[in-house]
Amino acid sequence: MDIHLDGISHSYGTTEVLRDISLEVQSGQIVCLVGPSGCGKSTLLRFLGGLERPDRGRVLQVGAPPEGCLNPLTYIFQDFALLPWRSVRGNISLVLEDHGIRGAEAEEIIADVLARTRLTDFADALPKQLSGGMKQRVAIARALAVRPAVMLMDEPLSSLDSQTRELLMDDLIALWSRQPFTAVYVTHNLAEAVRLGHKIVVLSRRPGQVRDVVSIAKPLAERGYGDADLEATQKHLWSMMRDEARAADQELINV
Amino acid sequence: MSDTPASEVRFRGGGFAPASRRWVGAGVFVVLILVMEWGTRAGWISALSLPRPSDVLVTFGELWQSGLLFKHLGPSLSRLFFGALIGVSVGISVGILIGLFSYIRSGMVPLVAAIFPIPKIALLPLFVIWFGIGEGSKYALIAFGTFTPTVVATYGAVDNVDRSLIRMGQSFGLSWFSIVRKIVLPGAMPGILSGLRISLAIAIILLVAAEMLGAQYGIGAYILEAGSLYDLERLFAGVVILSLLGVLMSAVIGMVERRLLSWRS
Repeated sequence: MDIHLDGISHSYGTTEVLRDISLEVQSGQIVCLVGPSGCGKSTLLRFLGGLERPDRGRVLQVGAPPEGCLNPLTYIFQDFALLPWRSVRGNISLVLEDHGIRGAEAEEIIADVLARTRLTDFADALPKQLSGGMKQRVAIARALAVRPAVMLMDEPLSSLDSQTRELLMDDLIALWSRQPFTAVYVTHNLAEAVRLGHKIVVLSRRPGQVRDVVSIAKPLAERGYGDADLEATQKHLWSMMRDEARAADQELINV
Repeated sequence: MSDTPASEVRFRGGGFAPASRRWVGAGVFVVLILVMEWGTRAGWISALSLPRPSDVLVTFGELWQSGLLFKHLGPSLSRLFFGALIGVSVGISVGILIGLFSYIRSGMVPLVAAIFPIPKIALLPLFVIWFGIGEGSKYALIAFGTFTPTVVATYGAVDNVDRSLIRMGQSFGLSWFSIVRKIVLPGAMPGILSGLRISLAIAIILLVAAEMLGAQYGIGAYILEAGSLYDLERLFAGVVILSLLGVLMSAVIGMVERRLLSWRS
């Protein structure tokens, strides 16, 4: 299943946040959205999953989601969004219950996703007992449980410390290598973008427009921490964004 | 190390973290009662201004032995239970509806704000006309009195439920009903329970008020009778029962909180 964005524009009141965005997300690819703060990248992600409606333009789903897919467009949030009163197992079963999956069938799915995110030993822990990195792994396990066609990741690593971020990036790459998934990955961190993105979409500052699309051909599994060619791409991206980011930083916020 | 004089850094990070100390609360009661006992025995508190705690205890013992205690306590507890049950359950339901629907919110919030400051005791005659002099008017008074604080606490609690959790529920395609039951309700539970503490204390206050009018048995009737005879021992025995009832209720809510809200950090 592919996703097409067709001429998306949006304003909040008098503030224009996005202008005429057209994009294509192909199956099996990770597309990273980068841009200065306030450029509307998270808003764009909310349009992608139907959590908000754009003023103009359409989000199109091309082709049917694969067989057995419970929730085609599934988010992973920056703040994890785990229910604090449910255990790790309960948080995952939450998203299965509404699809009528209970009992042994649910147990099987939960065991599988917990194994894939190496959380098997923590099934009965409450979120308050887990570190930030573990919480995000639970959120990833929950997303995997509904077998999404496209994962919509809203700065999933931004509230974690840099070491945890490295570890989780390795986890994501391992997950993708074992079973390629489609993802739109919003981040302000260029290092994450060059490690995880097949395609990096650079947005301009408000109103957000597509400035450039950079493709990286190197397979995900071969990319590593501090690779010279990735560094070069990252530098190129930064040179593109630097002035925009500075200008965005000095803008007055009138929301 | 050089010869430069060194002094230890002064600690300045203490305080501002009150913890609960066991038995201190009980100690305050014991000291207060002992002072009263001593004062009334020694004579620097006149018997007219304060009854002797030991006499109150004796009165209480008589009340127990004569079986009158349960004759008074039984109806009171049932009034408290049914009145509060009606008020709290209607209050929680209305509070959740206010928290979820714009029209209900716009319509009900001003109404609740108008009802809240009315001393419910003032409406007792009205309730007597509506529901009769029997149990009905007493249930109604307590229900009405517990309703408003419960509504306000509940819709405040629903407003405070983390929106990102609701959005998460929507993004996973949960049904509206599932979101309310599995995300909104448990998320609002801390606020609802702390509102319950206030509502139930108000219920006890109103119980006495309701029983002062046209009740043969009940703690309120007992206190009223003692009061009109200036029988301070019996008056105090009744008041102590109410206090104990309040402490018991707050302990029960504390237990429920520890059970239901153990997920809080």
